[in-house]
Amino acid sequence: MHNHACLLFSIQAGGMSDIMARRRTRIKDGDDMTDIGDGTEAEDWMQHKNLVKPEDQLDLNEGQLKEEFTRILTANNPHAPQNIVRYSFKERQYKQTSSVDQLAIHFALDGNMIHKESDEAKRQRARLGIPEAVPSEHAGSEGGEATPAAGAAEGEEQAKEEAAEEAKDGAATPAPGEGESTGSKKLTNQFNYSERASQTYNNPYRERGTATEPPPRATFSGNVTQWDIFDAYQEDFEKQEKSKEKKVVPGRREEEKTRKKLTITETQGEDISRLNKASKIVERMVNQNTFDDIAQDFKYWEDPSDEYRENEGTLLPLWRFTYEKAKKLAVTSLCWNPKYKDLFAVSFGSYDFMKQGNGMILFNSMKNPSFPEFVYETDSGVMCLDLHPEHPYLIAVGFYDGSVGIFNVERKEPVHRCTAKNGKHTDPVWQVRWQADDLENNHNFYSVSSDGRIVHWTIIKNELTYQDVICLTLPDTTAEGPDGTKVNTVGCGTAFDFHRKNDYLFLVGTEEGKIHMCSKAYTSQFLDSVDAHNMAVYKVRWNPYHPNIYVTCSADWTVKIWEMSSKTSIDKSDTSNDANSRKPLFTFDLNNSVGDVAWSPYSSTVFAAVTADGKVFIYDLHINKYEPLCEQMVAQKKKTKLTHIEFNPVYPMVIVGDDRGNVTSLKLSPNLRKMPKEKKGAPPMDPKQKEENEIAKLEKLLSMVREPPVDSVKK
Amino acid sequence: MAETTEEKKVDTSESKRIHTYPLIRHSDMNDEMKTEAMELCVTACEKFSNNNETAARMIKETMDKKFGASWHAVVGEGFGFEITHEVKNLLYMFFGGNMAIIIWKCS
Repeated sequence: MHNHACLLFSIQAGGMSDIMARRRTRIKDGDDMTDIGDGTEAEDWMQHKNLVKPEDQLDLNEGQLKEEFTRILTANNPHAPQNIVRYSFKERQYKQTSSVDQLAIHFALDGNMIHKESDEAKRQRARLGIPEAVPSEHAGSEGGEATPAAGAAEGEEQAKEEAAEEAKDGAATPAPGEGESTGSKKLTNQFNYSERASQTYNNPYRERGTATEPPPRATFSGNVTQWDIFDAYQEDFEKQEKSKEKKVVPGRREEEKTRKKLTITETQGEDISRLNKASKIVERMVNQNTFDDIAQDFKYWEDPSDEYRENEGTLLPLWRFTYEKAKKLAVTSLCWNPKYKDLFAVSFGSYDFMKQGNGMILFNSMKNPSFPEFVYETDSGVMCLDLHPEHPYLIAVGFYDGSVGIFNVERKEPVHRCTAKNGKHTDPVWQVRWQADDLENNHNFYSVSSDGRIVHWTIIKNELTYQDVICLTLPDTTAEGPDGTKVNTVGCGTAFDFHRKNDYLFLVGTEEGKIHMCSKAYTSQFLDSVDAHNMAVYKVRWNPYHPNIYVTCSADWTVKIWEMSSKTSIDKSDTSNDANSRKPLFTFDLNNSVGDVAWSPYSSTVFAAVTADGKVFIYDLHINKYEPLCEQMVAQKKKTKLTHIEFNPVYPMVIVGDDRGNVTSLKLSPNLRKMPKEKKGAPPMDPKQKEENEIAKLEKLLSMVREPPVDSVKK
Repeated sequence: MAETTEEKKVDTSESKRIHTYPLIRHSDMNDEMKTEAMELCVTACEKFSNNNETAARMIKETMDKKFGASWHAVVGEGFGFEITHEVKNLLYMFFGGNMAIIIWKCS
């Protein structure tokens, strides 16, 4: 220990002196560059040795380090007591014992081996029933350097094993209860060697069986006689003769061939139709997967920002329905299927007088946004359509060429189509509307056209019969023809709507901006007329809840809400005066031509309008009487005009059509369909109660609006 | 009169001539097996036209070789039968105008 420490110190001292010397040389030979280089280099790779030294280490000088300590090991135990006294009975006094026990035990471990000649070993052997060991020759030879006792033990072990093996007749299980020395596992050596294979167990055999089904069998029986054989040949011969005859007549043969072909094509047709259904299912599945996010939005997404905005809402665009062939056509009307709430019909035509061409009717389903369910192509632009409310497979259609038609979804061609000789209009048909079946259960509908006629069409025994209901004559003005004859000018009907409860009552909007209230019963005069707009009226709709309120929209950029006057046709002169002075309850300026307006099905105060600059406006009069809750650009491209809008009767969504053949579905955010709060704990409202509530809600608004104009008139 | 009798004779002889071809009365074999079995029956009956037993033996042994064991064959001019056979392994045919051959498999 001391030596080692001394060595370390000497090394350090040498290093230090070395460095010192080098420094000295550097200072001395400041001019000599090489020398300096050498010195720095040596310094670089020489690492300083910082000795880590315990703080309590003694600091010894050279002399102390070299001092030698001698230690002598003795057999005496220094801790053994030297002064043990024992009482000596012989001398009857205590005497110090001279012998001191110098043995000190530091570690003791009991072995588990016993001497074989010891009593315990003998006893053990007797217990196990092993005969007295006989020392064998090979034990001696093997255990050359081992003690003879160990060799004998080994031999005995071997003998034991052999005996056990013989006893067990080759059974590989080790003898139970063998001595600790053998253990449970046998150790193999050159004298005790057994094949590995013989050490493994023999797997027991097991039987397993199976029975296959016997090949299917059948019985067959008969009798063989010469007569039978003869008859059989005779019959076959006749058959052959017949087939020969057939071959002679070629025409018949061919006929048969064609018949065969027919049957083949028929079966093929069936196959395809069967495939049709499967492919439709697959198409739906693919669409469901591709438009899964939209479907999730449709069902579950509610604009969370609505909670933080009081009176504003948004529209979430969902699916867009396009069809390649309808891309250059404008959407002219939309109609939801009354039975299947995901299905709607779209008619395509053109509003441009110069670009008239073909038309189209498509049925789209929200379940398949990529391709329409049904497609009908027509030779003239379709300007309007209506699905029968009770028989949704019947579609009434008005064409640009003035004719009306009825389609059946199940057939490809129109079921009925009027011609020039049976009452077709002379100008485009702008709206058609089914009516409830008449007393003889005939389907019937109305149409309005620019030629000023409103025609009532009835299907009687597969024939389309017509009856002019009213002609929109302009009472004051007559135009003079070139030859001086006076021709009555007619108003051009553009839109109409039937009263929800009084089904004889209907409103007609005209291109001159007038609204006429008419009755089916009086064909000669109007019940009432209003100069509603400065330009053509595009749509007129009754409120779905309140019986006296209707909304109109027009090309003069406005949407107006009107109340049916209570004093209709009491005094003719009065009403005529009234016509000009009558004012709408509400007027909304939308800054562009308003293509369509629609009341919502869920609230009496909510309506939506679309404009030619691609915007959708949604108003809720209950929340804001002046500004829309939502004004949103929906068209994808600039200059795309929105033409029509329709609310889904069940789901909170609208579909919007534009003049490029697209139909966009939009989801209304929660603010747009806010309902008046129901009283807590009150039972859910039944439909009737709800209707009353809705009417009351609108009535309250109306009472606020009605007063001022009356006052102003009085003043 | 003579003419008519002659015609009749011609007619009958013609019908006899025609009636010697093999005629399958009943079979549920597939077409390939059926034609092979039929040809085998024809050759056997033509070869042993005076000994039905050897013809039947030949048919049976050849069928055993070709289509697996346990075929049975009956060749004769008049007999009755009621047999159980493995389906698709039965052929019942007439040959030569007066012979009936039935072969079936049943193991």
